[in-house]
Amino acid sequence: MVFIVITVIKTALILFVLLTVLAYLQWVERKVIAHVQVRMGPSRVGPHGLLQPLADVIKLITKEGIMPPHANKFFYLLAPFFAVFMALISISVIPFGTQLTVGPYTTWMQLTDLNVGILFVLSISAMGVYGIALAGWSSNNKYALLGGLRSSAQMISYELPMSLAIAAPLLIFGTLSLRGIVDAQSGYHLGVIPKWAVFAMPFPQIFSFIIFLIASFAETNRVPFDLPEAENELVAGFHVEYSSMTFAAFFMAEYANMVTVCSIATLLFLGGWHPLWPAAYGSNLAAPLIMLIAGAICIYHGLNPARPFDRFTLPVFGVVFFGIAGLLLIPPVVPVIMPIFWFLAKTGFLLFVFIWIRATLPRFRYDQLMAFAWKGLFPAALLNLLITGFLVALTS
Amino acid sequence: MDLAFFFVFSAIALICAINVVLQRHPISSALSLVGVMGSLAVLYLQLGGEFIAMAQIIVYAGAVMVLFIFVIMLLNAGAESRSGKASWTAPLLGIPALLAFLGFTVYYFLRGFNNAGVVKFGGYTGGSAAGVGISLFTDYLLPFEVTSVLILIAIVGAIVLARKEMD
Amino acid sequence: MPEAMQVLQSGVPVSWYLILSAVLFTLGVAGFLLRRSVITVFMCIELMLNAVNLSFVAFSNQHKDVSGNIFTFFVMVVAAAEAAVGLAIILTVFKNRQTLNIDEINTLKN
Repeated sequence: MVFIVITVIKTALILFVLLTVLAYLQWVERKVIAHVQVRMGPSRVGPHGLLQPLADVIKLITKEGIMPPHANKFFYLLAPFFAVFMALISISVIPFGTQLTVGPYTTWMQLTDLNVGILFVLSISAMGVYGIALAGWSSNNKYALLGGLRSSAQMISYELPMSLAIAAPLLIFGTLSLRGIVDAQSGYHLGVIPKWAVFAMPFPQIFSFIIFLIASFAETNRVPFDLPEAENELVAGFHVEYSSMTFAAFFMAEYANMVTVCSIATLLFLGGWHPLWPAAYGSNLAAPLIMLIAGAICIYHGLNPARPFDRFTLPVFGVVFFGIAGLLLIPPVVPVIMPIFWFLAKTGFLLFVFIWIRATLPRFRYDQLMAFAWKGLFPAALLNLLITGFLVALTS
Repeated sequence: MDLAFFFVFSAIALICAINVVLQRHPISSALSLVGVMGSLAVLYLQLGGEFIAMAQIIVYAGAVMVLFIFVIMLLNAGAESRSGKASWTAPLLGIPALLAFLGFTVYYFLRGFNNAGVVKFGGYTGGSAAGVGISLFTDYLLPFEVTSVLILIAIVGAIVLARKEMD
Repeated sequence: MPEAMQVLQSGVPVSWYLILSAVLFTLGVAGFLLRRSVITVFMCIELMLNAVNLSFVAFSNQHKDVSGNIFTFFVMVVAAAEAAVGLAIILTVFKNRQTLNIDEINTLKN
């Protein structure tokens, strides 16, 4: 009974945090791409455009929902629901940190630890193809059908190198459960180098990491593999006939998929919630230090404002950052918050890489994309798996 | 608890299977079949075959059925029309024969497997990836290698059959 | 009767899984005989294979032997290979006959 109550509370908390993160991930993306392109991005709705996601949500909810004529109504409405469902359910096996003790109750910061956790994530990403294929087909529009079929074929083709890239570090860790994988990456070589998968002996999994990242760009339909939903080439592909809330659902599903693959990359290759250098050398002070620097920058720019209302908003942000830094220095809070901080830092860094590449690279043509999957990435992943297996067998 | 899960997921499997047989449009049948496979995967989890459950979703529901749906979309298969050329022998003889077969098997299972034990979630733990892997690579190594050759043959065959003729 | 309730409290009898498998198999055979679109007939074959997989896993649990899971694995592999080749054949037949109705695909050559 207690177990059910705790699980419901955890589910509600994770859902709330995830949906907020999804909304603000869009804000971060727009700001980062804008600054890469030497412009400002959203800056009117609220200070620095921070209320822009709220404005977008209000716009999308109040837009008119048009259903195309002769579309298959049931599948037209089922497709975004399927996409969002599959995107959100894979969060349920991701561990965010270690144990949390509130009063007499102790719980892990993970909704459920399956024995075959990593296979569960792979299976949910395999099922994510249906949302897109159904959306393209049920819209009764040849561009949508073409975009849907191309996107499904792309996602299936890149699942293979992704699975092989996942299998290589699993050979080293010997367990399929996500908590076990992160636990196997604790500790330090020579006292300073963390035992993450990218630094693992006998074969550092750096190639698996790169292959997994490239394959996950294709799995989530992000640039440079986003031809199926390109606005210029394919009239926005499979979601051309969707408007208002259903379009928001696809958008949300894409960002949720992005968060999921970045979390899985963090757990499998970057050591999950383990810090970069040992706590004995002061890694617990990294988080307060970053918050202090952010607060100092905010207050400095508040004193020399670029815009008139920055004089009021930036010092407020500075004080908020100082408050968070102070909070992170309290001893009882540190062992609970530090793992979450490191996990979020690594996942946030990978998300920033996703956004950075979107701002920088042009997109592949469809035949280049498929040729790269089958003739380039798949043999590379296979070779990587063979070498890893050979070295693991030699040294055990 | 196990009973509740069994009832819920076997009801879903039965409803989806009836849907596969009765739906007119192939896409509806295909998606109902995906529903059957999903609920069967949960039943495999209850029976302790966790690796097979995940393999069912990754391979069967996530790849084979996507292939079906691709072909249905490529061929633009529409809803089946009720043409008058349907023969009467198949339903007339087939359905009673099937019901007799079903009755016989159900009776045999109820009588013969009455003391076969109960299934609890967690009652059998040998179906994990380690258990399946060890058995697959020691006792069943030859069938494993033969199936890899079989898959190669299937790939070559499918590509040869489905490509356009070179003019 | 209380003994049956006792048994039910501790789990699900294996025979119930076998009965579900039999019902699914019968539904697959019924669809195979009664439907007229080639792809739906093919899907009923996949339904029959899934029913048999359920039987195998149930027996694996009953005898506490992993061989049932291994059999299921091989059935899945063979079903995937068969689906690939069968759908390629269906594509070729459609290209030549322009119909998916099995009643009309009844001559060897046009």
